[in-house]
Amino acid sequence: MAAAEIDVKYVAHLARIALSPEEEQKLGAQLGNILGYIEKLNQADISGVEPTAHAFPLVNVTRPDETRPSMSNEDALRNAPAKANGLFIVPKIVE
Amino acid sequence: MLNQLTISELTGKLASREVCSREVVQACLDQIKRVDKQIHAFLSHDDVDALAQADAADKLLANSAKAAGKPLLGVPIAVKDVLAVKGQPLNCGSKILGKFVSPYDATAIEKLKAAGAIIFGRLNMDEFAMGSSCENSALGVTRNPYDLERVPGGSSGGSAAAVAAFEAAVALGSDTGGSIREPGAFCNLIGFKPTYGRVSRYGLIAFASSLDQIGPLTRTVEDAALVYDAMAGHDPMDSTSISSAVEPTANGLLESLSGLKIGIVRQFDTRELGEDIDEVYDRAYHDLQALGAELHDVSLPTADYGLATYYLIAPAECSSNLARFDGVRYGLRVDDKDVQAMYEQTRAAGFGPEVKRRILIGTYALSSGYYDAYYVRAQKARTLVARDFEKAFEDCDLIACPAASSPAFTFNAKSDPYSMYMMDYYTIPMSLAGLPALSVPCGWVTPPGGTRPLPMGLQLCAPIFGEKLLLGAAHAYERATGHASKHKPQVSEVSA
Repeated sequence: MAAAEIDVKYVAHLARIALSPEEEQKLGAQLGNILGYIEKLNQADISGVEPTAHAFPLVNVTRPDETRPSMSNEDALRNAPAKANGLFIVPKIVE
Repeated sequence: MLNQLTISELTGKLASREVCSREVVQACLDQIKRVDKQIHAFLSHDDVDALAQADAADKLLANSAKAAGKPLLGVPIAVKDVLAVKGQPLNCGSKILGKFVSPYDATAIEKLKAAGAIIFGRLNMDEFAMGSSCENSALGVTRNPYDLERVPGGSSGGSAAAVAAFEAAVALGSDTGGSIREPGAFCNLIGFKPTYGRVSRYGLIAFASSLDQIGPLTRTVEDAALVYDAMAGHDPMDSTSISSAVEPTANGLLESLSGLKIGIVRQFDTRELGEDIDEVYDRAYHDLQALGAELHDVSLPTADYGLATYYLIAPAECSSNLARFDGVRYGLRVDDKDVQAMYEQTRAAGFGPEVKRRILIGTYALSSGYYDAYYVRAQKARTLVARDFEKAFEDCDLIACPAASSPAFTFNAKSDPYSMYMMDYYTIPMSLAGLPALSVPCGWVTPPGGTRPLPMGLQLCAPIFGEKLLLGAAHAYERATGHASKHKPQVSEVSA
């Protein structure tokens, strides 16, 4: 897999980060290099190996479906950049 | 001086009322005033609040019934800026959280408060825990108290520097690929990362959810054991936390290593690190033998894939975890014409270059068409690493190896991102396998071009849930060798 050719613009769009043209170029090159090092992983023999997500696998960690105390509306809004009527204010989403 | 005492020394003097908590906290605050301008370990500290906590502790200390069951009563613990402490700023070394003040306590913090500790200060760190030098902080660099021209390590750089400079008895850090162990090694401390899941991650701002763990940076192994014992345990608020009972460690510290088998990893050949460093580790391994341990050659064939594996998994997880920083509910918001633009501009302005790099790598590795080739492949390689350790532990009880490939480096020495990533080479495999590991001081080296001796760390790693043996053995090594006391920090010589 050719690591050098990453569509940085597209990936940045997926990640919702605006990049300047200089950043696009610089990051593109750096990412290409990093992914080049990571290519060595292609040499690993992973046939028949299961992926690991947790060192000590836990399964179905649930609790009873009961309402419990949680953070107050006031506390949750305390750090909001813009708020009103107990809600977060954001730029218009739907026309 | 009170700020130079260990936890076990402090708790003794506090219990006997020889000193009061207010004096102890004041001593820390005085030291901060004296040295923090030179090292910038602290991003902020609320002195009024710290002293109020101390006064409350003193009231309890005066009444032995009330003091019972609070093993850390009156002890000042400083906190890496990645942990939520109610009423305190929370920035994760970043601009994107703006003036965020935490509305809640992390579970680990809650437990330490219940144990009577004084929780104070916000310590500098690489932004969102991404880095190995603290140079990625958006809020200034931290300097190594042992050589002010060098980094303290990272990402828990502020935590390590604060303890090394005697500004606090203990500091909390977090470790994802080595972020407690490497700064511990660079700053002549014990840096301890528990088994994954042993300490709740609730309130630890997530970087890589399958790797992150909270742990202490301390001046002695016993102190690390005391803090761990108070913090560890199942938490219903963290569904990845382990439910089995925690074995206390502070009462299991060993004086000898006889009967123990210690694995030396064939693939970690310290001759590659240069003569001086090789000598330090050679002597360390001999010292383990002198304490009665049997050294065994063990093999971790896939350890070399560790870096590549980690630098796919961690960025992938971070790209998901950092999606929440979007200007909507907290922190920095860059207003723009619509929500999409607001997200893009807020994140552009709020994240530093390393964070952007990792989010982009992670996003790429998880994107359609690449997910199997990158992320899933890395998760499978991770299984191989974990299996290697399992196999190695059939032949030994503990593994010993370097904590880092060199002592602290100078600022800007690792400007190429991948050269910085290499600093995690020895610590990453243990993180991938979720194993408990720590760094303990093992000697001093004056690097070429350096003017001062710098500390080095020996990494010890135990099987899963092996904290008691790990800390027990580290204590024996620490007591027998006493490397930490051989040199004083530079910051103690330079007057404020």
